[in-house]
Amino acid sequence: MQLLQIHEPGETPLPHEQERGLAVGIDLGTTNSVVAIARQGKAEVLRDAAGNALVPSIVAYGEDGVVRVGDAALRELEYQPETVVSSIKRLMGRGTGDVKTLGGTLPYELGPPAEGGMVRLKIGKRLLSPVEISADVLRTLKDRAEIALGQSVDRAVITVPAYFDDAARTATRDAARIAGLETLRLVNEPTAAALAYGLDSGSEGLYAIYDLGGGTFDFSLLRLEKGVFQVLATGGDTALGGDDFDHAIAEMFLRERGGRVSADEVKQMLLVARGAKEALTEETDWKAAVAIGEVRSSHALDRATLETIIAPWLERTLGICRQVLEDAGVEPTGLQGVVLVGGSTRTPLVRRKVAALFGREPLSDINPDEVVAVGAALQAEALTAGSDTLLLDVTPLSLGLETMGGLVEKIVERNTPIPVAKAQEFTTYQDGQTAMAIHVVQGEREMVDQNRSLARFELRGIPPMVAGAARIRVSFAVDADGLLTVSAQEKTTGIEARVETKPSYGLSEDEMAGMLRASIENAQEDMTRRLLTEARVEARRAVNAVTSALAVDGDLLDAAERVAIDTAVEGVERAISGSDRDAISAAVEGLEQGTRSFAEKRMDRGIRAALAGRHVDQLR
Amino acid sequence: MAALDGSLTASTPGVCWSCGGPVDAASTFCATCRAVQPPRVLDHFARLGLPVDFSVDPVELDRRYFALQRQLHPDRFATRTSRERAISQSQAVALNEAYETLKDPLERATYLLKLKGIDANPDGCHTVKDPTLLMEQMERREALVAASTAAAVDTLAREAASHVTESEAAIAAAFAAGQLEKAGAETTRLKYLVKLVEEARARKARLAAGTSSAA
Repeated sequence: MQLLQIHEPGETPLPHEQERGLAVGIDLGTTNSVVAIARQGKAEVLRDAAGNALVPSIVAYGEDGVVRVGDAALRELEYQPETVVSSIKRLMGRGTGDVKTLGGTLPYELGPPAEGGMVRLKIGKRLLSPVEISADVLRTLKDRAEIALGQSVDRAVITVPAYFDDAARTATRDAARIAGLETLRLVNEPTAAALAYGLDSGSEGLYAIYDLGGGTFDFSLLRLEKGVFQVLATGGDTALGGDDFDHAIAEMFLRERGGRVSADEVKQMLLVARGAKEALTEETDWKAAVAIGEVRSSHALDRATLETIIAPWLERTLGICRQVLEDAGVEPTGLQGVVLVGGSTRTPLVRRKVAALFGREPLSDINPDEVVAVGAALQAEALTAGSDTLLLDVTPLSLGLETMGGLVEKIVERNTPIPVAKAQEFTTYQDGQTAMAIHVVQGEREMVDQNRSLARFELRGIPPMVAGAARIRVSFAVDADGLLTVSAQEKTTGIEARVETKPSYGLSEDEMAGMLRASIENAQEDMTRRLLTEARVEARRAVNAVTSALAVDGDLLDAAERVAIDTAVEGVERAISGSDRDAISAAVEGLEQGTRSFAEKRMDRGIRAALAGRHVDQLR
Repeated sequence: MAALDGSLTASTPGVCWSCGGPVDAASTFCATCRAVQPPRVLDHFARLGLPVDFSVDPVELDRRYFALQRQLHPDRFATRTSRERAISQSQAVALNEAYETLKDPLERATYLLKLKGIDANPDGCHTVKDPTLLMEQMERREALVAASTAAAVDTLAREAASHVTESEAAIAAAFAAGQLEKAGAETTRLKYLVKLVEEARARKARLAAGTSSAA
């Protein structure tokens, strides 16, 4: 009798690598996002037709139901500012309470929170979570990569600030899933930057990465040795970045204008402020006349004033640097190099301050806006194609439990290499206690309420015993992405409870399922877009095929034939940059017609080459 | 992540989970099918291929740790089956635990004593039996609290750090001579010294933060 074979769960053989899409590296930034790919150890940043690498992390949810991302969304800011969302990364994994403590700096109206407690923004008529908005940015990056590469892209290494907590990491993974990307690995931004630098220079020794982006600051200390990138210590602030500079400048300008200020005015003034800040990287003075709505005003800023405004934030970053160095027992001057990452490090004062602290000029040879995506792309290649480099990262924040009196018992200390699993035993407080509340927190402070609450769950069914007799073993496990799982077990009875720390402000499974459905069904629009992308991908493939063939066998064509094919190729290129799917298909069809005789000639030559020099009886 | 408690990584010792062939107890990979094997029950020294000894060459420790992580880290298994990924994760967890323990002299001494049946961690309700140690530490602690300038704290920190170095040397000598009691007593002392160094560092950081914000 023939027995059917059944695979063990989780052991289903993987489809062949060739059938899979490409894996890219994505820097999902607060202000801008970048996508890159690495092949044979060489990373390439993927650009749009105009050569721009940066996709502004801005999304517009138009009244017409169209979702615009990047530069297209930026343009909407002038016409329908109320439909535009920016800097959404600052809200990833945050609850309504957290957002309120961020103060009045958010120019958005908050809607009722989602079931799991996650913040939702009211944009026009829509209620959107940060995860969905980030998913729209990721989808745009995926589309860009597919168009540039002419192949489907379904996996990515996505970078996150080293200091991102568990909730924000989970939110990032969820966003990728909604965008149709499997997250191969979440890599910390400074680590990715080190990877980009390390491979170029083959450096060894101790390096520091100072990463000041639009919304977050990270500082990491790494040891590089023969292809191993060992993170020794890391620190940062997830609510400190160039955005803060913009807000401070914008507030000054708005005060100068006087009168009541609307949320839309704030959004536009923030752009003016950013323009001023960026101009002062090269210039020493800036002035401009601003017209927002009916009101006109003129403003001026010089570099010295800008530096006075931003100095307090920079002092905070330097304090974090000193703390990290202390943690690792390293002197600021004991490093081989300091690398600057993030657009905000272009500010001259940042360079001067960093140079002064470390007693050396910082490195910035790789474009600070692109370096993180380059590192992510290299890691994506390493994960899918294999590599000699190895990243050994650490937990950025301590993980612990609430104990009696609201105190925190740390289970996994910060800067512990990951993956890690640690367990500790606890006991009951009262006689006859049959349940235990387990409250998981993340942070360095001693009191629970000063730290971030990650999850709560209960272990029930503890047999009644005198206080202190039960043995409850709580286990923490952090995987290579920095994501935590907690389980608890009563040792004398074996009763167990477990949570995949669905963060306190995360998405519930139902919400996630709903968003996935929405992302698939959400209609026509998504479907049309999908088909358009596929048509572009197919067209790109056809062009690549013809171009490669021309490079090898172009000599088979006479001048007229060559011109005809080149024209057909140009036609396809034009169609790709448009958004009419039928036009793309027609152009590809035209190219195929136009290259038919070329294909036949190539086939003849191929057969002749194969036959050349062979004996008749070898041909059977 | 269910993997770390063994639910996905359990297997019969000596038998490869993938091909059913024999696997040597010390091997991390199956000789027949090259499948990664779940971590075996090994002491931290054996896991890193080092002799059971307090004296560990840090360069050699790093070399072995990096070499093993190169083979076993989850990044090497990103495109493999979820079971292989889970196994590699538990291997990497075991390696990290061994490395973290052996890298730090205090952790290493405590662990080595435990291997030899001695508890050198008088936590909680236990009391320090050595009155000299108690007096010594109380005096240092008081001096630290009294120090009001960064320079004064620095002097105390340097002193404590040099005591740490001496204590580590004394532990190494005790282990080498097979004097476990002495190694245990000195390890308890080292624990207090390390704590003092940490407190001095924290105090220095607080003083430094105070002066920089005033400036």
